[in-house]
Amino acid sequence: MLLLLEQCLNGLQFGLLLFLLAAGLTLVFGIMDLVNLAHGSLYMMGAYFAASFSALTGSFVAGAALALGATLLLGVALEVVALRKLYGRDHLDQVLGTFGLILFFNELVRLVWGPAGLSVALPDWLNRPVELLPGVFYPAYRLAIITVALVVAAALYLTVMRTRLGMLIRAGASNREMVGALGIDIRLLYSLVFGLGAALAGLAGLMEAPILTVQIGMGENILILAFVVIVIGGIGSIRGAFLSAIFVGLVDTVGRAFLPDLLRLVLSPAAASTAAPALSSMLIYLLMATVLVLRPEGLFPVGGR
Amino acid sequence: MRTILIGLGALALVAGPAGAQNAVKIGFVDTFSGPTAVIGNDMRDAFELALDHLGHKMGGLAVEVVYEDDQQKPEVGKQKTEKVLQSDRVNFITGYIWSNVLLASLKPAVDAQTFIVSANAGPSQIAGELCTPWFFSTSWQNDQTPQAMGEYLNQKAVKTLFLIGPNYAAGKDMLAGVKASFKGQVIGEEYTKWPDQLDFSAELSKARAAKPEAVFIFYPGAAGVQFLTQYAQAGLKGQIALYTAFVIDALSLPLMKDLALGVPGAQEWVNDLPNDANKKFVADFRAKYHRYPSFYGAQAYDAANLINSAVVAVKGDLANKDAIRNEMRKANYASVRGSYQYGNNHFPIESFYLQEAVKDADGNLTLKTVATILKDNQDRFHDKCPMKW
Repeated sequence: MLLLLEQCLNGLQFGLLLFLLAAGLTLVFGIMDLVNLAHGSLYMMGAYFAASFSALTGSFVAGAALALGATLLLGVALEVVALRKLYGRDHLDQVLGTFGLILFFNELVRLVWGPAGLSVALPDWLNRPVELLPGVFYPAYRLAIITVALVVAAALYLTVMRTRLGMLIRAGASNREMVGALGIDIRLLYSLVFGLGAALAGLAGLMEAPILTVQIGMGENILILAFVVIVIGGIGSIRGAFLSAIFVGLVDTVGRAFLPDLLRLVLSPAAASTAAPALSSMLIYLLMATVLVLRPEGLFPVGGR
Repeated sequence: MRTILIGLGALALVAGPAGAQNAVKIGFVDTFSGPTAVIGNDMRDAFELALDHLGHKMGGLAVEVVYEDDQQKPEVGKQKTEKVLQSDRVNFITGYIWSNVLLASLKPAVDAQTFIVSANAGPSQIAGELCTPWFFSTSWQNDQTPQAMGEYLNQKAVKTLFLIGPNYAAGKDMLAGVKASFKGQVIGEEYTKWPDQLDFSAELSKARAAKPEAVFIFYPGAAGVQFLTQYAQAGLKGQIALYTAFVIDALSLPLMKDLALGVPGAQEWVNDLPNDANKKFVADFRAKYHRYPSFYGAQAYDAANLINSAVVAVKGDLANKDAIRNEMRKANYASVRGSYQYGNNHFPIESFYLQEAVKDADGNLTLKTVATILKDNQDRFHDKCPMKW
């Protein structure tokens, strides 16, 4: 029972991380109608910035704050320099263009930071377990990720639902032409939204940096999961991204943890330990396929499209 | 006139491989892109150093190496193997970090009757029922290193053990290897998705709940760094003893830093082995590349020298493949691990050492031999291999 609780926390942490990545992706896709494969590169850049800045300042927290700002600026610059030219084009051109950006960023990282990867050290107060309940230990750093991600999610929700900027973002998601026709500077709005998305991706990357090693191509696998999240949640919907990210995180982690034991009830131990990892890595795709069959628009579709 | 020249050129191309060989061509299929490219680059650097030492000649012939990137994917590795066989017409193929890539690439090489020298991967299948006269290893059979770790666990009187490893050919061999020699009880066994699962939170939670005396892991490359980091963050470091195979090496140490201190590993080669060939290899490698070589590099260095020993023995007559095979079977070269013999399945019969991370005179982390765990060990699949010689 305690193990289940711990695994649910693991799933929640993974899900919230996916949410940070998916939120930016769904905003950019939903509002700007831009398929941005390079979103994973921004995640990677966030991690590399955090590694460099925390080595420079000697403090992980300061390094993370600087990295967040740097990724935001990088996102805005990327939007102005490269992505603006892709808005009017069809999705295939956007996929090609942003795929090119992935190659560009991977090579840039290889030139600047070298091929070997970096590690990020945590301060001692984060680098230890916390006893949540008697006998339930949980890494302090993973708890910190959960807290930060929940705060960011709440702030994002309030921004989108309660502020003027959020109103414009929602309006942009529903009907772009009309927003432009009403005299809103749509270019500025796009730059802002893209920068925000980049900062969220960078935040996900820099928070993962101390858990994983910072390495070239680290954003590519997780980007696939982020796309699964936004497809399940409904493209353009922050609420959908939040709920489906947590759902995907829980299914993935809890499935991974308990599927082997379940399979051992029906299969031989050797067959079960081979089949379980394969099956559990399929779970979320099965989930996505089911959602696509039953609710092709996703669980929380944005109306008016 | 131009047509004739082109015609002659084309003829020369066709006739080239069939005529007198004036070069030894070696295909080197390894991982040169993605997160594990660091390993492939280390092997290439060591192989190039071996060629420097040989004056870029073997048996009077110039050496040409064709490097191909397998991207750590079996299907790509097989394609690249076929490419060097068919369009480069190589005489030898070497490289191969990953067991699943090697397993996919074996058949094309055997069908083309070309020697394939694995400088790392050692899947149990090739040691047993798939053994072939065209394959040689300058590394080990996968099970051997974890078997050595299992022996060490017995020496430490560990009673209960939890195993974690990646779900692919080598991962299964490694965990089977430790189970083959460990006399205590294995109370849990977890396989993770390979190579893209990098977060081990679910497995660490299960390991903690199972309350074993020790945890054994096999995670090559950056995955090992991630595992050690997360092990410490979960508060398991110092609580449950960690034993490893292919986790801590010269490439991962700079990333692990102090996390690697006090975590034992087993290996057939350590940079401080006291033979002359090794001293020269390590000193020249450090002088040329300004870092310590890894065991991956040592095995690639040996692969170049094994191939050289055979080409020298046949005096460059590369068509005499039986003589080449007979010479390679003698392992008649100065291996950096010290001399060894080949078993009937062409895997080395060799010793395995306990290694630990220490700081060198300049404060850099490096590995040190602590003890010999297994002496002249032969893999446990050789009697399933029908080959006799």
